[in-house]
Amino acid sequence: MTTFLDALTWIADPANWGGAQGISARLLQHLAVTLVAVLAASALAIPLGILIGHTRRGRGVVVALAGAVRAIPTLGLLTLLALLLGVGVEAPLLALVALAVPSVLAGAYAGIESAEPAAVDAARAMGMSELQIVRNVELPLGAGVLVGGLRAATLQVVATATLAAYTSDTGLGRYLFIGLKARDYPQMLAGAILVAVLALLLDRLLATAQDRASRLAHSTEGTP
Amino acid sequence: MGIEFRNVGKTYRDGTVAVADFSHVVASHRIAALVGSSGSGKTTLLRMVNRMIDPSNGTVLIDDEDIQGLDKVRLRRRIGYVPQAGGLLPHRTVVDNVATVPVLNGTSRATARGNALDLLTLVGLDASLASRYPAQLSGGQQQRVAVARALAADPNILLMDEPFGAVDPIVRRELQDQLLRVQAELGKTIVIVTHDVDEAFRLADDVVVLRTGGVVAQSGTPQSILASPADAFVRDFVGADRPERTLTTTEVDGQRLVVDADGRPVGILR
Ligand SMILES: Nc1ncnc2c1ncn2[C@@H]1O[C@H](COP(=O)(O)OP(=O)(O)OP(=O)(O)O)[C@@H](O)[C@H]1O
Ligand SMILES: [Mg+2]
Repeated sequence: MTTFLDALTWIADPANWGGAQGISARLLQHLAVTLVAVLAASALAIPLGILIGHTRRGRGVVVALAGAVRAIPTLGLLTLLALLLGVGVEAPLLALVALAVPSVLAGAYAGIESAEPAAVDAARAMGMSELQIVRNVELPLGAGVLVGGLRAATLQVVATATLAAYTSDTGLGRYLFIGLKARDYPQMLAGAILVAVLALLLDRLLATAQDRASRLAHSTEGTP
Repeated sequence: MGIEFRNVGKTYRDGTVAVADFSHVVASHRIAALVGSSGSGKTTLLRMVNRMIDPSNGTVLIDDEDIQGLDKVRLRRRIGYVPQAGGLLPHRTVVDNVATVPVLNGTSRATARGNALDLLTLVGLDASLASRYPAQLSGGQQQRVAVARALAADPNILLMDEPFGAVDPIVRRELQDQLLRVQAELGKTIVIVTHDVDEAFRLADDVVVLRTGGVVAQSGTPQSILASPADAFVRDFVGADRPERTLTTTEVDGQRLVVDADGRPVGILR
């Protein structure tokens, strides 16, 4: 209990917020690493997911691959990448991208596939091109599920981004590693609390986004 | 002229022969009905016209032009399509559903919406429904919207796949009357698929009765088919022997009353 109070006191101390090693700077770094990882994963996984969902092809292969990637322990992958790439932020970023891809991918293809088949068929029969079907029908109808995938990925990445401090002086994870080394448990706990709060805030934000996106499907009152 | 099926066949990838060898000409500005039991290949044939299905062999021609050489998207934009049920875009309002194809074709949204409102009136829908979403409509109203949508780009051809199959008999009757009124005004070439013979007889100028495999059992006007069914299958399918089709007259209070085989009154002979 005192450790917890000490951790809160540590966080409340304005002296710990300023400077290049301060909480503000580390919060921003942590957020930046998370965003870059999720964006990079999205750039890869969203187009691929849309393609799989739209064509209903290649799903088995990609799901198996994504499952295999998911099964690799992130810390192990990070160690391996760090050995290959050396110290710095690149190795953890890559590991985080690998962590995020399966969730984003699943959200994208599940979202696209969730579009009512009768509506998609009618859209095609009316003379929409495949691209127009994706843009005008499948994406609006599947947007909620797609953003749900982004939300899940972001949550995983923001928690795991503590590992960025394993090979570089980046993010809130640094407090955990320093604290562990110096047996400064309040500082360690403070780091963990800050990560948890950041994760909660991001999750709230994305929950709102998911809600908005779901409303694009607009089946409206009474009907699911 | 019109739509010609020339020796078309369709074998699906799993080996199912949906249509073996079908030939027929649908005349311009007429309503043709494809009837037949479930699985006889009606939908397969209908969807060959807008190339939602490409035949495994044979050709489909529209106004003497082989459609295999045409761009699918452009072909479909000039053919109206009414699916069996649903098929409206659930995330778009009624008016925007109807305006879909004109907007794709480059008509401004405002103009397309204006025309859509006129079409809603044409199919018997109140303009107050225009801003609703499909889920807020009854099944019958949804089908009217689907018909309006199919007419929006002013296509020459209208394809309808059991368009009124999912609504109750009274509403179906209203929708059929509405379609006949619209047709009297617009004179489209319409192909309608149904397994309701009464619907085919009520709507169509020409009826094609299909057996399994898209084999034509008989084709002709409703009158000729009912007057001389080609064989026992057609006779049974059109219900030529059904009590309500075998009418006799009887005299009641000086009036010539038409009654069915069960003696139920159908009308008065003048
Ligand atoms: N995509 C497909 N793959 C394999 N077989 C199919 C496919 N679509 C239809 N068939 C088969 O082809 C045959 C004709 O199907 P079709 O849908 O044209 O019949 P239909 O006359 O429209 O029947 P219904 O009245 O039930 O709608 C059926 O045996 C059906 O099972
Ligand atoms: Mg069918």
